[in-house]
Amino acid sequence: MLDVGRHPNIELLAYSEVEKVEGEAGNFKVTIRRKGRYVEEDKCTGCGACAEKCPTVVSDAFNEGLGERRAIYSYFAQGIPSTHTIDADHCRQLNGKKCGICAKTCQAEAINFDQEDRILELDVAGIIIAAGYDVFDPSVIPEYRYREIANVVTAIEFERLLSASGPTGGHMDRPSDRAVEAEIAGLEKKAKKSQKAISKLEEKFNEPSAQFYKKYQAGEYKDDEDRKKWADKYTAHLAVTEPLEELKKQAEGFTVAKRLAFIQCVGSRDFRFYPFCSGYCCMHSIKEAIISHEHEPETTSSIFGMDIRAVGKGFEEYKIRGGNNSNITYVRGRVAEITEGPDNNPVVIYEDTRERKVKRQEFDMVVLATACAPIKGIAELAKTLGVELDKYNFIKTSSLSPVDSTTPGIFVCGCAESPMDVPESVAQASSAAERAAEIAFQMDLEKEKAVA
Amino acid sequence: MPEKKEDIRIGVFLCHCGSNIAGYLNMEELAEFSEKLPHVTFVQRNLYTCSEGGINEIKKGIKEQNLNRVVVASCTPRTHEPLFRSSCGEAGLNPYLFEMVNIRDQCSWVHMKEQEDGTNKAKDLVRMGVAKAALLEPQESIMSEVQVRALVIGGGIAGMTSALALANRGYEGGLVEREEALGGLLNNLNKLGPTMIEADELVEEKTRSVTGNSNITVFTNARVTEVQGFIGKYKVDIETESGVKKIDIGVIIVATGGRPFVPEGLYNYDGKRVVTQLEMEKLLKAGLDPAIKNVVMIQCVGSRNEERPYCSRICCQTAVKNAMLIRELNPDAKVSILYRDMQMYGVENEEMFRDSKAKGVRYINYDPANPPQVEPDKVRVYHALLGRDMDLPADLVVLSTPLVSQEDAEVISRLLRVPVDENGFFLEGHVKLKPLDFATDGIFLCGSAHFPANIREAVAQGLGAASRASIPLSKGSVVVEPIISVLADEDACRGCGLCVALCPYGALEIQKTEKGRKVHVIDVACKGCGVCAATCYQHALSINSFTDQQIEAQLEAFLD
Repeated sequence: MLDVGRHPNIELLAYSEVEKVEGEAGNFKVTIRRKGRYVEEDKCTGCGACAEKCPTVVSDAFNEGLGERRAIYSYFAQGIPSTHTIDADHCRQLNGKKCGICAKTCQAEAINFDQEDRILELDVAGIIIAAGYDVFDPSVIPEYRYREIANVVTAIEFERLLSASGPTGGHMDRPSDRAVEAEIAGLEKKAKKSQKAISKLEEKFNEPSAQFYKKYQAGEYKDDEDRKKWADKYTAHLAVTEPLEELKKQAEGFTVAKRLAFIQCVGSRDFRFYPFCSGYCCMHSIKEAIISHEHEPETTSSIFGMDIRAVGKGFEEYKIRGGNNSNITYVRGRVAEITEGPDNNPVVIYEDTRERKVKRQEFDMVVLATACAPIKGIAELAKTLGVELDKYNFIKTSSLSPVDSTTPGIFVCGCAESPMDVPESVAQASSAAERAAEIAFQMDLEKEKAVA
Repeated sequence: MPEKKEDIRIGVFLCHCGSNIAGYLNMEELAEFSEKLPHVTFVQRNLYTCSEGGINEIKKGIKEQNLNRVVVASCTPRTHEPLFRSSCGEAGLNPYLFEMVNIRDQCSWVHMKEQEDGTNKAKDLVRMGVAKAALLEPQESIMSEVQVRALVIGGGIAGMTSALALANRGYEGGLVEREEALGGLLNNLNKLGPTMIEADELVEEKTRSVTGNSNITVFTNARVTEVQGFIGKYKVDIETESGVKKIDIGVIIVATGGRPFVPEGLYNYDGKRVVTQLEMEKLLKAGLDPAIKNVVMIQCVGSRNEERPYCSRICCQTAVKNAMLIRELNPDAKVSILYRDMQMYGVENEEMFRDSKAKGVRYINYDPANPPQVEPDKVRVYHALLGRDMDLPADLVVLSTPLVSQEDAEVISRLLRVPVDENGFFLEGHVKLKPLDFATDGIFLCGSAHFPANIREAVAQGLGAASRASIPLSKGSVVVEPIISVLADEDACRGCGLCVALCPYGALEIQKTEKGRKVHVIDVACKGCGVCAATCYQHALSINSFTDQQIEAQLEAFLD
């Protein structure tokens, strides 16, 4: 990313969309909408002081909604460009309220609430599509109960939980436990407030609330308005602290997730959704299981799959190492159903095809290895560019021209072409660059001929 | 003339980084402290040293204050060192008389709650940076011409694709093939999955394009026997039938492919009734014997075992494709594939796999702990779903064996000074980020020489390697940062060669000189990693801008 941001031959147009493409290979005219971000790109230094002071808290899409960000933000900490953006849907100033704190904070004077979308036109010889993919939403698979059972998460959510810069700082805290902890934090805040109120009264009457309340209930202080208020405040306080104590007791038993299940082919190799194999998911499950074991040596993982497709260089060896050194068990079988057992523990129901038995097994957390879905908006982009898609909505290519789209001069790489892992994407990016450079070279040749 | 010590004038620029640094450290105190450091003649605080205003302040300082060393204490050199360095250059100061101190990432950010300790740490860091800056020497970037010609080793589909891609961009080059014809493994194949193109047609078409292209010189029946030089300047000897040809080139692409493992002694392999998938291709090409009614294929023969732990990636695709072709030629033939995991990754492969099931190919999972038994007219396999042994009649047994590394991979590896992995495949520069490069600049990699690849993958990698190789070719020269190894004390060097063996980039060689065997640094190949200098018992090698004296001065300043 850094190399891209710094390269003198690359003009980085982040937060922009292609609106129109005219012309042909060697001679395209591309219209681009540079979306207004309310921050001057050439002034913002990415220091982040604005986000620190912004009062509006929004759920953080980068952390899969597991964390929070502010209304002025950079998508993620190491993002390039580091230019911040104001989320116009949530910014107080842009929604007619009085604020502008970021503008006051920014010493580089980069905030511009009047910034609008800008339209750019580019003349280019070739176009490369590297639009990526979307993570399949497993909530449409009823038997896996994603979103119904808190401790069933997707691989990308789990990835955020594992990340040192993620919402749990790399601890495998279970979502159900985190929800309880959030509730405790909320109640503690309330309890502090109500405690303050009754403390004042205790001081005034020089008596502990509990002692007073017993007398009050026994019928003393019948027509005493002040004492009635005290009693009301005390009952309100109890209504907060009693469930709080209960939750705290519950939270004492919380530990990080140590028994993990990884379910392969969630939405992939499935006629209801995507019949293809997404290629990289077996490896990310193995990787996540190995890293979990590094974080917490007591972790055990079961990876449930029809085939474990460890097909890249060094992958099979990695898989075996995971089994030998990281407590991973590979279970051959497709998981039929996930239910919820005691203590919010997900229960996996599956047939062990080696033993020909239906089994149930309880875990602390279940991770769904979701399919590589064609990216949202790819149909519109393909239409704008005039390229064909395959039947699944990946950019159509052929095996002898693996990065050529159906339109000359337009190329594709990465998961916009079909599911693939990082090294293959990197290699394919070079392939697409090569094809585009060939077009540019031919154009230059023709120009030279024309001059001669 | 080395400058006198008293002439050293260091300017220190302290960046607030908005409030990222100034919010947590006492900048005023840090500035006062910095002013008192030896040789420091100018100290300035900036809101953002990296902003246009900040950069102008550095330039102004160099000109108006006659600064001859600049220290910026700010964020990370990863993002900002190139900017500050070039700014010094623009103001007329040698860019290597600049030193950067990171008082943000490992200082203000990690000591947000300890202003005093954090400020003290920043003082230590600045003092160390200033101590080193005083000893910095000017350096000049190293430029070396590139011969705008390439050599591709290996004339299979990957190599031919690379050679053609480079030729399409106007670059001349040689293509060396050890066999008498181009095409590599493709010459032995029948049809190519999943689209069932004829392999012969593809070879013919590609060969025609390659041989007909005036930019490509093809050497068949040829071997590379000698390689001298480094990126931009290689001298290569190619042994051909008509003698040794010497060529000068700038970059090299390794596309030497792989070869199918021959399963001698496994599953009663005899090349007749028990054959490999490669032999199956030949049988299919010749038109399958109609008497063959029962075929059993066994996957992972000679792979995913102790001796060869890797999965060869492409054998499952081959088996599925051939199974379908057998069903097409002999529609009442029964074909069973005995497998461990069907490695039909991706969109096209899985589709072919599904298709084959619809066309009647049968799949039976076997456990490597209880492998199938090949008997004279049948194969016995334990069927896990049924929980019992099954006998499958078999007129023909086909063994899916892995691609293994080429016999001459070791030779090429030695000639080019690039590594192979534990399976004998060439080892790329970085498993994730540099799949087509070697760690050594100027040498690139594609196809099954790297790891078994199907046609689509080999073509994509062939294009990609050409793209990587074209970068130095299109620039016509390589410019490298002068922060490299130098033989600082020639007399001390004994020519032992320990550093040569350890250099990951092939940047060192032993030369005979008047004073005996001495190490020579190929400066454009050196990355300045410092392994050689750290290893040298004689302290003969030193790294520019990281000399022993400079680092010692930093340590002393820290301990002050």
